[in-house]
Amino acid sequence: MSEAFDLVVVGAGPGGLAAAATAAESGMRVCLLDDNPSAGGQIWRTGLGDGPVKTARRWLRRIEIARVEARFGWRAVVAPAPGVLRIEQSGLFADLEYAALVLATGARERFLPFPGWTLPGVYGAGGLQAFVKSGFSVRGKRVVIAGTGPLLPAVAAHLRAAGARIVSVVEQAPMRRLLKFSAGLLGGQTGKLFEGAGYALRLAGVPYRTGAWIMRAHGDERLERVTILAGLNVFELEADMLAFGYHLVPNTELAQLLHCKLDRGYVRVDELQRTSVKGIYCVGESTGIGGVDKAQLEGRIAALATAGRPDEARTLTGARDRQMNFVRSLADAFALRDELRYLPEDDTLVCRCEDVPYRGLGGCGSLREAKLHTRCGMGPCQGRICGAASEFLFGWKAPAPRPPLFPVEVATLAGVIESAPARDN
Amino acid sequence: MRPQRLLPNGESFVIRLNGQLMRVHAGMTVAAAILEAGMASRLSVRGDRRQPLCGMGICYECRASIDGQAHQRTCQIQCRPGMTVVAG
Repeated sequence: MSEAFDLVVVGAGPGGLAAAATAAESGMRVCLLDDNPSAGGQIWRTGLGDGPVKTARRWLRRIEIARVEARFGWRAVVAPAPGVLRIEQSGLFADLEYAALVLATGARERFLPFPGWTLPGVYGAGGLQAFVKSGFSVRGKRVVIAGTGPLLPAVAAHLRAAGARIVSVVEQAPMRRLLKFSAGLLGGQTGKLFEGAGYALRLAGVPYRTGAWIMRAHGDERLERVTILAGLNVFELEADMLAFGYHLVPNTELAQLLHCKLDRGYVRVDELQRTSVKGIYCVGESTGIGGVDKAQLEGRIAALATAGRPDEARTLTGARDRQMNFVRSLADAFALRDELRYLPEDDTLVCRCEDVPYRGLGGCGSLREAKLHTRCGMGPCQGRICGAASEFLFGWKAPAPRPPLFPVEVATLAGVIESAPARDN
Repeated sequence: MRPQRLLPNGESFVIRLNGQLMRVHAGMTVAAAILEAGMASRLSVRGDRRQPLCGMGICYECRASIDGQAHQRTCQIQCRPGMTVVAG
Protein backbone atom coordinates (compact mmCIF):
# COMPACT_ATOMS: atom_id res chain seq x y z
CA MET A 1 0.00 0.00 0.00
CA SER A 2 1.54 3.27 -1.09
CA GLU A 3 0.57 6.93 -1.08
CA ALA A 4 2.34 9.82 -2.83
CA PHE A 5 3.11 13.28 -1.42
CA ASP A 6 4.97 16.37 -2.62
CA LEU A 7 6.61 16.53 0.79
CA VAL A 8 6.95 14.13 3.70
CA VAL A 9 8.07 15.64 7.01
CA VAL A 10 9.44 13.26 9.64
CA GLY A 11 8.99 14.63 13.15
CA ALA A 12 6.18 16.90 14.39
CA GLY A 13 8.17 19.03 16.83
CA PRO A 14 8.72 22.78 16.28
CA GLY A 15 10.85 22.30 13.13
CA GLY A 16 8.58 19.71 11.54
CA LEU A 17 5.37 21.63 12.30
CA ALA A 18 6.83 24.81 10.82
CA ALA A 19 8.02 22.97 7.71
CA ALA A 20 4.73 21.11 7.17
CA ALA A 21 2.52 24.19 7.65
CA THR A 22 4.68 26.46 5.48
CA ALA A 23 4.90 23.93 2.63
CA ALA A 24 1.19 23.06 2.71
CA GLU A 25 0.28 26.77 2.66
CA SER A 26 2.31 26.99 -0.56
CA GLY A 27 -0.01 24.42 -2.10
CA MET A 28 2.08 21.29 -1.58
CA ARG A 29 0.51 17.97 -0.60
CA VAL A 30 2.23 17.26 2.74
CA CYS A 31 2.34 14.28 5.09
CA LEU A 32 3.58 14.91 8.64
CA LEU A 33 4.79 11.86 10.51
CA ASP A 34 5.63 11.36 14.19
CA ASP A 35 6.42 8.40 16.40
CA ASN A 36 4.64 10.05 19.34
CA PRO A 37 0.87 9.79 19.73
CA SER A 38 0.50 13.56 19.28
CA ALA A 39 2.31 16.56 17.78
CA GLY A 40 4.65 18.98 19.53
CA GLY A 41 7.78 16.91 19.94
CA GLN A 42 9.45 16.75 23.33
CA ILE A 43 9.57 20.51 23.95
CA TRP A 44 5.85 21.12 23.31
CA ARG A 45 4.58 17.93 24.93
CA THR A 46 1.33 18.71 26.75
CA GLY A 47 0.19 17.45 30.14
CA LEU A 48 -3.07 15.56 30.68
CA GLY A 49 -5.91 18.05 30.67
CA ASP A 50 -3.66 20.88 29.37
CA GLY A 51 -4.01 22.39 25.93
CA PRO A 52 -0.94 22.92 23.74
CA VAL A 53 1.26 25.96 24.43
CA LYS A 54 0.46 29.09 22.42
CA THR A 55 3.10 28.75 19.69
CA ALA A 56 2.35 25.05 19.21
CA ARG A 57 -1.37 25.78 19.02
CA ARG A 58 -0.75 28.29 16.23
CA TRP A 59 1.19 25.77 14.14
CA LEU A 60 -1.38 23.03 14.84
CA ARG A 61 -4.17 25.27 13.58
CA ARG A 62 -2.15 26.08 10.47
CA ILE A 63 -1.43 22.43 9.60
CA GLU A 64 -5.12 21.67 10.04
CA ILE A 65 -6.31 24.56 7.85
CA ALA A 66 -3.68 23.75 5.20
CA ARG A 67 -4.83 20.10 5.26
CA VAL A 68 -1.55 18.49 6.16
CA GLU A 69 -2.05 14.75 6.41
CA ALA A 70 -0.94 13.91 9.95
CA ARG A 71 0.23 10.41 10.84
CA PHE A 72 0.98 10.33 14.57
CA GLY A 73 2.05 7.10 16.26
CA TRP A 74 3.88 6.02 13.06
CA ARG A 75 7.64 5.80 12.56
CA ALA A 76 9.90 5.44 9.53
CA VAL A 77 11.73 2.10 9.59
CA VAL A 78 13.24 1.45 6.14
CA ALA A 79 13.69 3.07 2.73
CA PRO A 80 12.64 0.27 0.34
CA ALA A 81 13.45 2.37 -2.77
CA PRO A 82 14.70 5.90 -3.55
CA GLY A 83 11.95 8.39 -2.72
CA VAL A 84 10.00 5.91 -0.58
CA LEU A 85 9.77 5.58 3.21
CA ARG A 86 8.15 2.59 4.85
CA ILE A 87 6.34 3.57 8.04
CA GLU A 88 5.18 1.25 10.81
CA GLN A 89 2.68 1.24 13.67
CA SER A 90 2.32 -1.81 15.95
CA GLY A 91 2.85 -4.28 13.12
CA LEU A 92 0.96 -2.34 10.43
CA PHE A 93 2.94 -0.72 7.67
CA ALA A 94 2.50 1.65 4.73
CA ASP A 95 4.78 3.17 2.10
CA LEU A 96 5.00 6.92 1.57
CA GLU A 97 6.36 8.21 -1.74
CA TYR A 98 7.85 11.69 -1.63
CA ALA A 99 9.28 14.23 -4.04
CA ALA A 100 10.95 16.04 -1.15
CA LEU A 101 11.66 14.97 2.42
CA VAL A 102 12.26 17.09 5.53
CA LEU A 103 13.95 15.32 8.43
CA ALA A 104 13.00 16.93 11.74
CA THR A 105 13.87 14.00 13.98
CA GLY A 106 15.07 16.05 16.94
CA ALA A 107 17.38 14.89 19.67
CA ARG A 108 17.46 12.52 22.60
CA GLU A 109 19.07 12.84 26.02
CA ARG A 110 22.63 11.66 26.46
CA PHE A 111 22.83 9.16 29.30
CA LEU A 112 26.23 8.44 30.83
CA PRO A 113 26.60 5.31 32.98
CA PHE A 114 27.44 5.46 36.68
CA PRO A 115 27.00 2.81 39.39
CA GLY A 116 23.29 2.37 40.11
CA TRP A 117 21.95 4.10 36.98
CA THR A 118 19.75 1.12 36.07
CA LEU A 119 17.85 1.12 39.41
CA PRO A 120 14.10 1.73 39.32
CA GLY A 121 13.57 5.34 40.38
CA VAL A 122 16.38 6.62 38.13
CA TYR A 123 14.93 8.29 35.03
CA GLY A 124 15.97 10.61 32.26
CA ALA A 125 15.47 14.29 33.15
CA GLY A 126 13.35 14.95 30.08
CA GLY A 127 12.11 11.40 30.56
CA LEU A 128 10.63 12.05 33.99
CA GLN A 129 9.10 15.30 32.72
CA ALA A 130 7.45 13.33 29.90
CA PHE A 131 6.14 10.68 32.34
CA VAL A 132 4.66 13.38 34.57
CA LYS A 133 3.01 15.03 31.58
CA SER A 134 1.56 11.65 30.65
CA GLY A 135 -0.01 11.02 34.06
CA PHE A 136 2.68 9.91 36.54
CA SER A 137 2.32 11.74 39.86
CA VAL A 138 5.44 13.08 41.62
CA ARG A 139 3.48 14.91 44.31
CA GLY A 140 5.47 14.88 47.57
CA LYS A 141 8.36 12.89 46.05
CA ARG A 142 11.96 13.88 46.79
CA VAL A 143 13.68 14.37 43.44
CA VAL A 144 17.34 15.03 42.62
CA ILE A 145 17.96 16.41 39.12
CA ALA A 146 21.44 15.95 37.72
CA GLY A 147 23.60 16.02 34.62
CA THR A 148 24.11 19.00 32.37
CA GLY A 149 22.25 21.38 30.12
CA PRO A 150 19.57 24.05 30.04
CA LEU A 151 16.95 21.33 30.40
CA LEU A 152 17.80 20.66 34.07
CA PRO A 153 16.42 23.88 35.63
CA ALA A 154 13.42 23.74 33.27
CA VAL A 155 12.64 20.16 34.36
CA ALA A 156 13.13 21.13 38.00
CA ALA A 157 10.68 24.02 37.70
CA HIS A 158 8.12 21.80 35.98
CA LEU A 159 8.38 18.95 38.50
CA ARG A 160 8.21 21.42 41.37
CA ALA A 161 5.00 22.86 39.92
CA ALA A 162 3.70 19.26 39.76
CA GLY A 163 4.22 18.92 43.52
CA ALA A 164 7.67 17.30 43.72
CA ARG A 165 10.15 18.31 46.42
CA ILE A 166 13.29 19.19 44.46
CA VAL A 167 16.18 18.21 46.74
CA SER A 168 18.88 19.62 44.49
CA VAL A 169 19.77 20.43 40.89
CA VAL A 170 23.29 19.15 40.18
CA GLU A 171 25.01 20.65 37.11
CA GLN A 172 28.43 19.39 36.06
CA ALA A 173 29.43 22.59 34.24
CA PRO A 174 31.40 25.11 36.31
CA MET A 175 29.72 28.35 37.35
CA ARG A 176 32.06 30.55 35.30
CA ARG A 177 30.92 28.88 32.07
CA LEU A 178 27.25 29.23 33.00
CA LEU A 179 27.69 32.92 33.80
CA LYS A 180 29.30 33.44 30.42
CA PHE A 181 26.43 31.54 28.78
CA SER A 182 23.74 33.54 30.62
CA ALA A 183 25.42 36.83 29.73
CA GLY A 184 25.39 35.89 26.05
CA LEU A 185 21.77 34.71 25.81
CA LEU A 186 19.88 36.01 22.80
CA GLY A 187 16.60 36.47 24.59
CA GLY A 188 14.95 33.83 22.37
CA GLN A 189 12.46 31.27 23.68
CA THR A 190 15.11 28.71 24.63
CA GLY A 191 17.17 31.27 26.48
CA LYS A 192 14.10 32.57 28.27
CA LEU A 193 13.19 29.03 29.30
CA PHE A 194 16.61 28.60 30.92
CA GLU A 195 16.61 31.99 32.61
CA GLY A 196 12.97 31.79 33.69
CA ALA A 197 13.39 28.33 35.19
CA GLY A 198 16.59 29.36 36.98
CA TYR A 199 14.79 32.39 38.41
CA ALA A 200 11.83 30.30 39.61
CA LEU A 201 14.19 27.87 41.34
CA ARG A 202 16.12 30.63 43.10
CA LEU A 203 12.83 32.07 44.34
CA ALA A 204 11.85 28.65 45.66
CA GLY A 205 15.20 28.20 47.39
CA VAL A 206 16.13 25.06 45.42
CA PRO A 207 19.91 24.56 45.50
CA TYR A 208 21.41 24.70 41.99
CA ARG A 209 24.89 23.24 42.44
CA THR A 210 27.40 23.78 39.67
CA GLY A 211 30.66 21.92 39.11
CA ALA A 212 29.02 18.89 40.76
CA TRP A 213 27.88 15.49 39.57
CA ILE A 214 26.30 12.21 40.60
CA MET A 215 28.82 9.49 41.46
CA ARG A 216 26.47 6.71 42.48
CA ALA A 217 22.82 5.81 42.99
CA HIS A 218 22.09 3.52 45.94
CA GLY A 219 19.16 1.25 46.75
CA ASP A 220 18.15 -2.40 46.92
CA GLU A 221 14.95 -2.73 44.92
CA ARG A 222 14.76 0.93 43.97
CA LEU A 223 16.54 4.26 44.48
CA GLU A 224 17.05 5.34 48.10
CA ARG A 225 19.88 7.88 47.94
CA VAL A 226 22.57 9.33 45.71
CA THR A 227 26.23 10.24 46.21
CA ILE A 228 27.29 13.62 44.84
CA LEU A 229 30.74 15.02 44.27
CA ALA A 230 30.98 18.81 44.46
CA GLY A 231 34.51 20.15 44.30
CA LEU A 232 36.35 18.28 47.04
CA ASN A 233 33.18 17.40 48.93
CA VAL A 234 31.45 14.05 48.66
CA PHE A 235 28.01 13.82 50.24
CA GLU A 236 24.84 11.79 50.09
CA LEU A 237 21.26 12.94 49.56
CA GLU A 238 18.17 10.85 50.20
CA ALA A 239 15.84 10.78 47.22
CA ASP A 240 12.84 8.89 45.85
CA MET A 241 13.79 9.72 42.27
CA LEU A 242 16.81 10.79 40.32
CA ALA A 243 16.19 12.51 36.99
CA PHE A 244 19.39 12.83 34.95
CA GLY A 245 20.66 13.61 31.49
CA TYR A 246 23.85 14.96 29.95
CA HIS A 247 22.44 17.43 27.43
CA LEU A 248 21.27 16.10 24.06
CA VAL A 249 22.48 14.02 21.14
CA PRO A 250 20.90 14.44 17.69
CA ASN A 251 18.76 11.69 16.17
CA THR A 252 20.62 11.19 12.89
CA GLU A 253 19.82 7.53 12.22
CA LEU A 254 17.20 8.14 9.51
CA ALA A 255 19.43 10.73 7.80
CA GLN A 256 22.30 8.23 7.82
CA LEU A 257 20.09 5.45 6.48
CA LEU A 258 19.27 7.77 3.56
CA HIS A 259 23.02 8.41 3.03
CA CYS A 260 22.98 12.06 4.14
CA LYS A 261 26.49 13.12 5.16
CA LEU A 262 27.22 14.14 8.74
CA ASP A 263 29.58 16.82 10.00
CA ARG A 264 30.92 16.23 13.54
CA GLY A 265 27.91 14.13 14.44
CA TYR A 266 25.24 16.46 13.04
CA VAL A 267 23.51 16.32 9.67
CA ARG A 268 25.37 18.55 7.22
CA VAL A 269 23.12 21.15 5.55
CA ASP A 270 23.63 24.17 3.30
CA GLU A 271 22.09 27.64 3.67
CA LEU A 272 18.67 26.33 2.54
CA GLN A 273 18.77 23.27 4.88
CA ARG A 274 19.58 20.92 1.99
CA THR A 275 21.47 17.78 3.00
CA SER A 276 24.08 16.09 0.78
CA VAL A 277 21.25 14.03 -0.82
CA LYS A 278 19.09 15.73 -3.45
CA GLY A 279 15.53 16.41 -2.29
CA ILE A 280 16.27 15.70 1.39
CA TYR A 281 16.35 18.56 3.91
CA CYS A 282 17.12 18.54 7.61
CA VAL A 283 15.96 20.99 10.29
CA GLY A 284 16.06 21.39 14.07
CA GLU A 285 18.26 19.66 16.63
CA SER A 286 19.73 17.18 14.12
CA THR A 287 21.67 20.03 12.49
CA GLY A 288 22.85 21.49 15.82
CA ILE A 289 21.31 21.59 19.32
CA GLY A 290 19.73 25.04 19.52
CA GLY A 291 16.12 24.83 20.65
CA VAL A 292 12.71 25.91 19.40
CA ASP A 293 13.52 29.24 17.73
CA LYS A 294 16.20 27.74 15.51
CA ALA A 295 14.05 24.71 14.69
CA GLN A 296 11.09 26.82 13.53
CA LEU A 297 13.29 29.09 11.41
CA GLU A 298 14.96 26.10 9.79
CA GLY A 299 11.61 24.42 9.19
CA ARG A 300 10.31 27.50 7.40
CA ILE A 301 13.51 27.85 5.35
CA ALA A 302 13.39 24.20 4.22
CA ALA A 303 9.69 24.44 3.32
CA LEU A 304 10.11 27.64 1.30
CA ALA A 305 13.05 26.06 -0.50
CA THR A 306 11.08 22.91 -1.39
CA ALA A 307 8.13 25.03 -2.48
CA GLY A 308 10.27 26.85 -5.05
CA ARG A 309 10.43 30.07 -3.02
CA PRO A 310 14.20 30.24 -2.27
CA ASP A 311 14.27 34.06 -2.26
CA GLU A 312 11.80 34.13 0.62
CA ALA A 313 13.78 31.39 2.34
CA ARG A 314 16.89 33.55 2.11
CA THR A 315 15.18 36.36 4.03
CA LEU A 316 15.26 34.05 7.06
CA THR A 317 18.83 32.77 6.84
CA GLY A 318 20.32 35.74 8.74
CA ALA A 319 18.13 35.02 11.76
CA ARG A 320 18.99 31.31 11.48
CA ASP A 321 22.72 32.08 11.40
CA ARG A 322 22.38 34.10 14.61
CA GLN A 323 20.75 31.04 16.17
CA MET A 324 23.81 29.03 15.15
CA ASN A 325 25.87 31.27 17.47
CA PHE A 326 23.54 30.14 20.25
CA VAL A 327 24.20 26.51 19.22
CA ARG A 328 27.92 27.07 19.71
CA SER A 329 27.55 28.84 23.05
CA LEU A 330 25.28 26.03 24.34
CA ALA A 331 27.85 23.42 23.33
CA ASP A 332 30.67 25.38 25.00
CA ALA A 333 28.75 26.06 28.21
CA PHE A 334 27.67 22.45 28.75
CA ALA A 335 30.74 20.61 27.42
CA LEU A 336 31.30 17.39 29.38
CA ARG A 337 34.15 17.23 31.89
CA ASP A 338 36.69 14.40 31.69
CA GLU A 339 36.00 13.16 35.23
CA LEU A 340 32.66 11.75 34.07
CA ARG A 341 34.57 9.13 32.07
CA TYR A 342 35.78 7.52 35.25
CA LEU A 343 32.40 7.05 36.94
CA PRO A 344 31.59 3.51 35.71
CA GLU A 345 33.04 0.65 37.77
CA ASP A 346 33.83 -2.82 36.41
CA ASP A 347 30.31 -4.16 36.98
CA THR A 348 28.46 -0.96 35.96
CA LEU A 349 26.29 -1.76 32.94
CA VAL A 350 27.03 0.27 29.82
CA CYS A 351 24.53 -1.47 27.49
CA ARG A 352 21.18 -1.72 29.28
CA CYS A 353 19.51 -3.81 26.57
CA GLU A 354 22.04 -6.66 26.77
CA ASP A 355 23.35 -6.07 30.33
CA VAL A 356 26.94 -5.58 29.15
CA PRO A 357 29.21 -4.31 31.96
CA TYR A 358 32.02 -1.76 31.64
CA ARG A 359 34.58 -4.47 32.37
CA GLY A 360 36.08 -5.71 29.13
CA LEU A 361 34.69 -2.94 26.91
CA GLY A 362 37.79 -0.77 27.27
CA GLY A 363 39.84 -3.51 25.55
CA CYS A 364 37.74 -3.20 22.38
CA GLY A 365 38.88 -0.83 19.66
CA SER A 366 35.45 0.14 18.30
CA LEU A 367 31.74 -0.25 18.89
CA ARG A 368 31.71 -2.83 16.09
CA GLU A 369 34.32 -4.91 17.91
CA ALA A 370 32.44 -4.48 21.19
CA LYS A 371 29.26 -5.72 19.48
CA LEU A 372 30.98 -8.85 18.21
CA HIS A 373 32.69 -9.68 21.51
CA THR A 374 30.16 -8.54 24.12
CA ARG A 375 26.79 -7.88 22.38
CA CYS A 376 27.09 -4.22 23.47
CA GLY A 377 24.66 -2.25 21.27
CA MET A 378 22.95 -5.38 19.90
CA GLY A 379 19.66 -4.93 21.79
CA PRO A 380 16.40 -3.35 20.65
CA CYS A 381 17.54 0.28 21.13
CA GLN A 382 20.20 -0.60 18.54
CA GLY A 383 22.94 1.29 20.35
CA ARG A 384 21.07 4.58 20.65
CA ILE A 385 21.77 4.76 24.41
CA CYS A 386 25.13 2.94 24.79
CA GLY A 387 26.42 4.32 21.47
CA ALA A 388 26.30 7.92 22.70
CA ALA A 389 27.73 6.81 26.07
CA SER A 390 30.59 4.80 24.58
CA GLU A 391 31.43 7.59 22.17
CA PHE A 392 32.16 9.72 25.24
CA LEU A 393 33.70 6.94 27.37
CA PHE A 394 35.92 5.33 24.73
CA GLY A 395 35.92 7.76 21.79
CA TRP A 396 34.13 5.24 19.53
CA LYS A 397 32.26 6.59 16.53
CA ALA A 398 28.82 5.03 16.14
CA PRO A 399 28.71 2.92 12.95
CA ALA A 400 26.09 3.85 10.33
CA PRO A 401 22.74 2.30 11.23
CA ARG A 402 21.39 -0.67 9.32
CA PRO A 403 17.78 -1.17 8.29
CA PRO A 404 15.33 -1.58 9.86
CA LEU A 405 15.90 1.48 12.08
CA PHE A 406 13.80 -0.09 14.85
CA PRO A 407 12.88 -3.70 15.56
CA VAL A 408 9.79 -4.43 13.43
CA GLU A 409 7.31 -7.25 12.91
CA VAL A 410 8.05 -9.95 10.36
CA ALA A 411 5.13 -8.74 8.20
CA THR A 412 6.78 -5.34 7.79
CA LEU A 413 10.07 -6.95 6.81
CA ALA A 414 8.22 -9.28 4.44
CA GLY A 415 7.11 -6.15 2.60
CA VAL A 416 10.79 -5.29 2.22
CA ILE A 417 11.55 -8.72 0.80
CA GLU A 418 8.69 -8.49 -1.70
CA SER A 419 9.93 -5.17 -3.02
CA ALA A 420 13.54 -6.35 -3.29
CA PRO A 421 13.46 -8.13 -6.72
CA ALA A 422 12.08 -5.05 -8.49
CA ARG A 423 15.02 -3.05 -7.18
CA ASP A 424 17.65 -5.66 -8.11
CA ASN A 425 16.49 -6.19 -11.72
CA MET B 1 -5.81 0.11 43.49
CA ARG B 2 -4.16 3.36 44.53
CA PRO B 3 -6.10 6.62 44.60
CA GLN B 4 -5.78 8.73 41.46
CA ARG B 5 -5.64 12.45 41.10
CA LEU B 6 -8.75 13.90 39.54
CA LEU B 7 -8.37 16.26 36.66
CA PRO B 8 -11.05 18.79 35.78
CA ASN B 9 -13.33 17.27 33.15
CA GLY B 10 -10.90 14.35 32.86
CA GLU B 11 -12.42 11.12 31.70
CA SER B 12 -11.18 8.00 33.43
CA PHE B 13 -11.52 4.28 32.80
CA VAL B 14 -10.12 0.95 33.91
CA ILE B 15 -7.22 -1.10 32.55
CA ARG B 16 -5.86 -4.42 33.79
CA LEU B 17 -2.19 -4.23 34.83
CA ASN B 18 -0.58 -7.53 35.83
CA GLY B 19 -4.00 -8.93 36.68
CA GLN B 20 -5.09 -5.97 38.83
CA LEU B 21 -7.65 -3.39 37.84
CA MET B 22 -6.35 0.17 37.75
CA ARG B 23 -8.25 3.37 37.10
CA VAL B 24 -6.42 5.69 34.69
CA HIS B 25 -7.12 9.03 33.07
CA ALA B 26 -7.74 9.36 29.36
CA GLY B 27 -4.48 10.32 27.66
CA MET B 28 -2.29 8.59 30.27
CA THR B 29 0.45 6.50 28.69
CA VAL B 30 0.90 2.86 29.64
CA ALA B 31 4.41 3.72 30.93
CA ALA B 32 2.93 6.32 33.28
CA ALA B 33 0.43 3.72 34.53
CA ILE B 34 3.25 1.24 35.21
CA LEU B 35 5.22 3.91 37.10
CA GLU B 36 2.13 5.04 39.00
CA ALA B 37 1.63 1.44 40.14
CA GLY B 38 5.27 1.30 41.28
CA MET B 39 5.98 -1.65 39.02
CA ALA B 40 8.87 -2.63 36.79
CA SER B 41 8.22 -2.46 33.07
CA ARG B 42 10.51 -5.38 32.26
CA LEU B 43 13.13 -7.74 33.62
CA SER B 44 16.57 -7.32 32.05
CA VAL B 45 18.38 -10.26 30.41
CA ARG B 46 20.03 -11.06 33.76
CA GLY B 47 16.78 -10.56 35.65
CA ASP B 48 17.05 -7.01 37.04
CA ARG B 49 13.87 -4.99 37.48
CA ARG B 50 13.82 -2.05 35.09
CA GLN B 51 11.60 0.99 34.74
CA PRO B 52 11.12 3.31 31.77
CA LEU B 53 14.05 5.69 31.21
CA CYS B 54 13.86 8.07 28.24
CA GLY B 55 10.13 8.71 27.86
CA MET B 56 10.47 9.28 24.12
CA GLY B 57 10.44 5.85 22.50
CA ILE B 58 14.21 5.47 22.15
CA CYS B 59 15.59 3.33 25.01
CA TYR B 60 13.16 0.35 25.02
CA GLU B 61 13.37 0.03 28.83
CA CYS B 62 9.59 0.61 28.99
CA ARG B 63 8.63 -2.32 26.82
CA ALA B 64 5.87 -4.60 28.06
CA SER B 65 3.12 -6.77 26.67
CA ILE B 66 -0.12 -5.00 25.68
CA ASP B 67 -3.23 -7.01 24.77
CA GLY B 68 -1.06 -10.03 24.07
CA GLN B 69 1.38 -8.16 21.82
CA ALA B 70 4.88 -8.45 23.34
CA HIS B 71 7.64 -5.78 23.43
CA GLN B 72 5.42 -2.72 23.03
CA ARG B 73 7.02 0.62 23.90
CA THR B 74 4.62 1.67 26.64
CA CYS B 75 5.79 5.31 26.73
CA GLN B 76 4.45 5.89 23.21
CA ILE B 77 1.08 4.20 23.74
CA GLN B 78 -1.90 5.69 25.55
CA CYS B 79 -4.14 3.55 27.77
CA ARG B 80 -7.40 2.36 26.22
CA PRO B 81 -10.45 1.16 28.17
CA GLY B 82 -10.15 -2.53 28.99
CA MET B 83 -6.52 -2.77 27.91
CA THR B 84 -4.54 -5.67 29.40
CA VAL B 85 -0.90 -4.97 30.25
CA VAL B 86 1.65 -7.52 31.45
CA ALA B 87 4.84 -5.85 32.73
CA GLY B 88 7.97 -6.90 34.62
